[in-house]
Amino acid sequence: MAERIMVKGNEAMAEAAVRAGCRLYFGYPITPQSEFTEYMARRMPEVDGVFLQSESEVAAVNMVYGAACTGHRVMTSTSSPGFSLMQEGVSYIAGAMLPAVFVNVVRGGPGLGDIQPAQSDYFQSTKGGGHGDYHLIVLAPGSIQEAVDLMETAFRLADNYRVPVMMLADGMLGQMMEPVVFPEYVKLDGINDHSSWALRGTDGREPHKVTSFDIDPVRLEEMNTETHKVYEEIRSKEIRFETHDLEDADYILVGYGTMGRILGSVVKMARKQGIKVGLFRPISLWPFPYDELKKAAKGKRFCTVVEMSTGQMVEDVRLSVEGALPVHFYGRTGGMVPTPDEVFKELVRLIG
Amino acid sequence: MEKATYKKPKSLAEKEFSYCPGCHHGIIHRLVAEVIDELEIQGKTLMVAPVGCSVFAYEFFDVDGTVAPHGRAPAVATGMKRAMPERMVFTYQGDGDLAAIGTAEIIHAANRGEKITTIFVNNAIYGMTGGQMAPTTLLGMKTTTSPYGRKAETEGFPIHVSELLKETAGIVYLERVSVSSPQEVIKAKAAIKKAFIAQKKGLGFSLVEVLSTCPTNWGLDPVESINWLNENMKKEYPIGVFVDKVGDIK
Ligand SMILES: Cc1ncc(C[n+]2csc(CCOP(=O)(O)OP(=O)(O)O)c2C)c(N)n1
Ligand code: SF4
Ligand SMILES: [Mg+2]
Repeated sequence: MAERIMVKGNEAMAEAAVRAGCRLYFGYPITPQSEFTEYMARRMPEVDGVFLQSESEVAAVNMVYGAACTGHRVMTSTSSPGFSLMQEGVSYIAGAMLPAVFVNVVRGGPGLGDIQPAQSDYFQSTKGGGHGDYHLIVLAPGSIQEAVDLMETAFRLADNYRVPVMMLADGMLGQMMEPVVFPEYVKLDGINDHSSWALRGTDGREPHKVTSFDIDPVRLEEMNTETHKVYEEIRSKEIRFETHDLEDADYILVGYGTMGRILGSVVKMARKQGIKVGLFRPISLWPFPYDELKKAAKGKRFCTVVEMSTGQMVEDVRLSVEGALPVHFYGRTGGMVPTPDEVFKELVRLIG
Repeated sequence: MEKATYKKPKSLAEKEFSYCPGCHHGIIHRLVAEVIDELEIQGKTLMVAPVGCSVFAYEFFDVDGTVAPHGRAPAVATGMKRAMPERMVFTYQGDGDLAAIGTAEIIHAANRGEKITTIFVNNAIYGMTGGQMAPTTLLGMKTTTSPYGRKAETEGFPIHVSELLKETAGIVYLERVSVSSPQEVIKAKAAIKKAFIAQKKGLGFSLVEVLSTCPTNWGLDPVESINWLNENMKKEYPIGVFVDKVGDIK
């Protein structure tokens, strides 16, 4: 049996990235993810990797762009204001179809906000954030172990589809400690063979060009259409979610990440009192499990979405169920985390 | 077929330049390509084009290349070089790109002694977007966004990139050149070559600032442009070597 170690979320995710074969990290300190950057500063030299503290998140994302052009596994991590600064670069990376991994340990916003956990960057992460027609694959782990397990998935998806992948965490996941089992080191041979397009020097072959640019609208449309074919494939193959106690449930709770985990406790509390509640926890926020949620919601009395925001994912939930049942929302914002008790009370109130 | 009067450098692609008549971007491209040929590094060079008139530079050079977001070429080049330290990486940037929006990236790449080379083309204007004021625009110079002439009180002073950068410890070669006469072209090429050699030797960051024309947005013909550059730009931006830690390259 692999050993269980107590680790802080930020450090666990960073170690998982190293084990996933990431040897290039560019980042800028920001709470509540700084331990991620600090861990990489210690760890990368041990594995002959590159750690660089950039002058800003703008520079960091562009270093990621440059490294991604060479087709090597590369990542950065940040928290909300930092990810806002990165948006132009993220859009270029998506447009140029480059593989890269981003971790956003979300904090309260808008503006400088605070440094407490939040889920208020859902729109930014799943609906674009930067300019142009593009998507990130967005994965939302509900525990540190899941974040660790999803890290290699994140890199693999980025490599397979040549898209940027975002691990959407929050301050709670980043800051708390949990026992974790780390996966083995990934052997990269062939997994990310990008020699057909990567910029590594021609050595006599035809030059490779990587851009998100074409001055001719006809060709740019073609380019965007090609990218969107990839997005369609991702939509059909990469939906991830988890359910609990849904079968006989009268009501569904929907939440992701830390909130999804808290809702797990609410389901247990309710079940003890004879209230038949189930949980639907999206793990891939893009692509969102629209059809799966619609199926899960069939015949239920209502659905309650709980978020650490004033209501963002709830819009996708409404799109999923297409009016087939009432969709309620409960949220706290500004870094406040709903407790199981308060969500339970809200549930009881809604049942009436 | 007509006999070619000069040979196209191998490192330039078979593509016609998109530059206006009398624009110096084309001359500067050719010099960079000749240096790449002479150093025999075409197969191991990666280039980063800017956003500006030279956005197409990634197509004009027959090497692996990309286009960075406006101003971020030094950060993109940093990522490339750190991923592939044995490769040669250069950026090609205009004055709006490098000295306005990308000021932070160039200063920090230089200060880290990033082992990359930057070709900095200073034409005192935003060429691509139609002749707006650049941070390098001279006092009194009329542009579409300084229609009454640049005034120090409201628009500040022309920024001297090479003079600023020479204080950064990571820079190992820094020279300002122009290409407005055959003799100057020869000197400019020697500067570019030395900058690439500095990188090849792994010494640190190198940059060549090239004073350049923009006849289209200066509202002058090609010959007038060269005269204007000689009379005005060289006064504000004196030609010369600012840093040379490379030494004799013979
Ligand atoms: C973020 C962003 N802001 C603004 C622009 C518009 N833009 C494109 S090129 C340019 C100025 C380029 O001037 P310079 O770097 O001097 O190059 P030149 O065309 O003169 O060679 C600007 C402002 C952009 N593409 N991206
Ligand atoms: S607009 Fe100016 S800088 Fe751009 S190609 Fe024409 S002359 Fe050159
Ligand atoms: Mg210019």
